[in-house]
Amino acid sequence: MTGLKIHQDKCVGCGLCVKTCAADALAIQNKKAVVNEACILCGMCLDSCPFKAISIEKQAAPKEDLSAYHGIWIYAEQQQGKILQVAYELLGKGQELAKQKGCKLTALLFGNDVANEAQSLIVYGADEVLLCEHPLLDTQIDENYIDLFDQLIQERKPEILLFGATGFGRSIAPRIAARRQTGLTADCTILDIDSENGLLNQTRPAFGGNLMATIICPNHRPQMATVRPGIMQVQPCDEAHTGEIIRVDYADPDASKTASVELLEQVIAAHVNTIADADIIISAGKGIGSQKNMELVKRLAELMGGVVGVSRPLVDIGWSEYQNQVGQTGSTVSPKLLITFGISGAIQHLAGISGAKTIIAVNTDPEAPIFSVAHYKVVADCVEILKHMIANLEARPENGLLIEESKDKLS
Amino acid sequence: MKIAVCIKQVPSTNEVHMDPVTNTIIRDGKQSVTNPFDTYALEQAVQIKDHLGGEVIALSMGIPATERLLRDATSRGADRSLLLSDRSFAGADTLATSYTLSLGIRELGGVDLILCGKMAVDGDTAQIGPELAEQLGLPHVTDVLAIDAIDEQTVLCRKATDNGYQRLKVTLPALLTVVKDLNMPRMSSLPGILYSLDSPFESKTAADLSADPARIGLNGSPTQVVRTYVPQRIREAIVLEGDESQLAEDLLNIYSEVI
Repeated sequence: MTGLKIHQDKCVGCGLCVKTCAADALAIQNKKAVVNEACILCGMCLDSCPFKAISIEKQAAPKEDLSAYHGIWIYAEQQQGKILQVAYELLGKGQELAKQKGCKLTALLFGNDVANEAQSLIVYGADEVLLCEHPLLDTQIDENYIDLFDQLIQERKPEILLFGATGFGRSIAPRIAARRQTGLTADCTILDIDSENGLLNQTRPAFGGNLMATIICPNHRPQMATVRPGIMQVQPCDEAHTGEIIRVDYADPDASKTASVELLEQVIAAHVNTIADADIIISAGKGIGSQKNMELVKRLAELMGGVVGVSRPLVDIGWSEYQNQVGQTGSTVSPKLLITFGISGAIQHLAGISGAKTIIAVNTDPEAPIFSVAHYKVVADCVEILKHMIANLEARPENGLLIEESKDKLS
Repeated sequence: MKIAVCIKQVPSTNEVHMDPVTNTIIRDGKQSVTNPFDTYALEQAVQIKDHLGGEVIALSMGIPATERLLRDATSRGADRSLLLSDRSFAGADTLATSYTLSLGIRELGGVDLILCGKMAVDGDTAQIGPELAEQLGLPHVTDVLAIDAIDEQTVLCRKATDNGYQRLKVTLPALLTVVKDLNMPRMSSLPGILYSLDSPFESKTAADLSADPARIGLNGSPTQVVRTYVPQRIREAIVLEGDESQLAEDLLNIYSEVI
């Protein structure tokens, strides 16, 4: 019988699970936890129980033969013929996983006229490249890709298939998973092979990064995940590494069937230094006090060669634009350096900055939650710190020159 | 035009906090709200209905209490609502959920357009839209930031991409997932609230939908959560002290070190 099971011998009636349950499905009766029909089997209570007194019973799935599935595949997404950084990150992680499993690492390269990129996938770790070239793969129209993936999975049976969690990856991967009726874990930040059962442990942040959840896909293949860009390490280029490039055919679509999604125009925004891929972010929250102080934040960002980020309240009150918003409903960022001024650190904001390598937080409130994720804590007046940093940088000779030059231009 | 809008009940995240002693999530109040992204999908559906005529149906899979959120949708322009609720739906991952929702869409019959929020703010998977489209064999477009034109056969829309946007022509029926800020969701009006109290509402069980027991709920879910844990911070923050000028200098030194 499928359902939540409370092991009477282990339960001490402490009530921790009751507090954890979001569905109001648990209560303590006669010093034991009891579950009611509001339970949605979310599993949150399992890890809340220090006594391991709760488990989820699942009907045993009919055992399929999974032994035919071998190898790790990564999708090497390209745009305009150029392979995205996240593909090299997937190769970096993929090498490690392939070594643990003792299997081959295969990169999938699809596009129009992209063959010259295949070798770079090999020197960055691929043992094999499945290359498919066709004019229909030139643009990122989902349906042109999904059949190809599906066909290759059926023919070649990979055990693991990884995508970058890009806009395109997160659009096609669920469709492919649903067509194969297999599992898919979104936006993973940690991947490893379980040493006992050989399964892929797929770990991702939940609840805005306050909780990590490890997910497995035990009885279906391939095990699929999208992986957050900017997290996995690229391994050094190895010119001596060899691999095979295998061309696969693209099955022309049924000519009688008209495409249901037609691309009218592809607009690539001029490359602006967006917060999502910035190395340095100077970020401001309500604690900066007034809108005029945004000028200080912008000036500091300019002097440091960074971009401005803001918390959601500043967008809501109109001090900044949505494209600068960092957090769950804004952008996820992973800069080398993030300096926050007057950001207290709501859960939704913290969710967006967990990838930052170094975080310096400046806030007047020593208890602000932002300090719980910061590497450096500065309890001080933001505006004063901003002004001093700007003055310090402007006084440097290299910047002095810039200031002189711009003065010349102005005069 | 018959438009279905998928709605998810999510915990109000403002009320999620950590218990520092036990390192577990505490959700006081148990207040649930409509997933914010879904409110933009609903508003878009109602605007299309206002333009072309037709019907908007709010659809959800959830516990019986989700009726409150579905009725709320009917106070903001949806005509009626359908809840898929059954004990056996519990524990569903995105594949099982999208299968169940596909049964709901089939139950409604003749749906021309399905609108979903880009993702739910509790799970952040953004998988239900594309998986639902696949289960129904319909085309889909994710991350729609504007609908430029729509008639009974086609929709012209703009899809946000990582580095710009695409303008797409989509043949209906189809499924679109929408980003935030493509419109300004309306508030419930007084007539709307009065309407919602008696708006047509149906709840269907797995048996009503002739659901395949092997494809719903926990049993129909290929993925399993094996562990949840609170990420441990490796280090405490280094506290910097001094006057502002000194602090500014310290921060700039860190800047030179890490860049």
